[in-house]
Amino acid sequence: MPDTPLAGEAALRARLDRIRTRHPDPAPEAVAEVVRAVLATLEGDLTATETALLGEVAELGRTIAAAKAEIAALRVQDINVNHIPSATDELDAIVAHTAEATESILETCETLDRVAGKLAVETQRELSAQLQDATTRIYEACSFQDITGQRITKVVATLKTIEAKVAHIIAAFGDRRRDAESGPLPEEPPVEELLHGPQLPANAMDQTDIDKLLASFD
Amino acid sequence: MTMDKSMNVLIVDDYKTMLRIIRNLLKQIDFNNVEEATDGGEALSKLRAGSFGLVISDWNMQPMTGLQLLQEVRADARLKTTPFIMITAESKTENVVAAKQAGVSNYIVKPFNAETLRDKIEKVLGHA
Repeated sequence: MPDTPLAGEAALRARLDRIRTRHPDPAPEAVAEVVRAVLATLEGDLTATETALLGEVAELGRTIAAAKAEIAALRVQDINVNHIPSATDELDAIVAHTAEATESILETCETLDRVAGKLAVETQRELSAQLQDATTRIYEACSFQDITGQRITKVVATLKTIEAKVAHIIAAFGDRRRDAESGPLPEEPPVEELLHGPQLPANAMDQTDIDKLLASFD
Repeated sequence: MTMDKSMNVLIVDDYKTMLRIIRNLLKQIDFNNVEEATDGGEALSKLRAGSFGLVISDWNMQPMTGLQLLQEVRADARLKTTPFIMITAESKTENVVAAKQAGVSNYIVKPFNAETLRDKIEKVLGHA
């Protein structure tokens, strides 16, 4: 007894599921090849519409294969292998060098402060005050290191996010051997609530704004 | 009545250069008894073990942030009235509001200058 249309559809679905399980990620070029082979064997048995449709499917397979080849030619993997590691190393070096320089400046300032302290107990109080005023300005300026360090940390975190996403794109469109290694896209690190880091000057409240806001609570 | 500059001051920042800068600025305004901590947890231990007249803390630290430190201080029966100044690059309204709600005594945004530090300390210690 022939299958009813519904039973036939269910059987087809079940078969497709089995095929998907056996071949979860078929290469587009392989699909195109199979379509071409099927077309060759069915030539003469298909209507003009069916032949055109299968031809479109084969063309689609070729287009996907060409797109993959173009992506591979772009050497997107260089972004992760060379560019991002190099950029983060450079940024780390900037933080290290400026920290070193700041420490050296602070050490020199502390020496000047000690000299100013000795002048103060003698007769040259005015010179002492001038020296201390100068070192105060230098201490204030040195706090740039903290702000730039926090800004660079934010940039490095952004680069690492880009790195993870590029790795996933490469795995999906590039080298199929990496698929098993890449796994799911890593979750982005949770952003601690209320930890935004320094704002760009145009967006940030200054001390006067903060003083007003605090005063509004009184 | 003059400000008691012999009091112990605890400065908290995970960035040692910043600790050094604040310590030197405090020294220039005659606060010489300054202790340091590099995160909220260490600060809390020092506060519970000692006697401090003022806390000056950064916000962005791990594992315990400056805000969490402030909340712990305000929840501690012995420490809850200790003046607490937040010095931070976090300048969003929500941060200032959260700090105020947690009981911050004053709030300084980085980068700051010596004059602002002195002014806020005087206000907090009641001698503006």
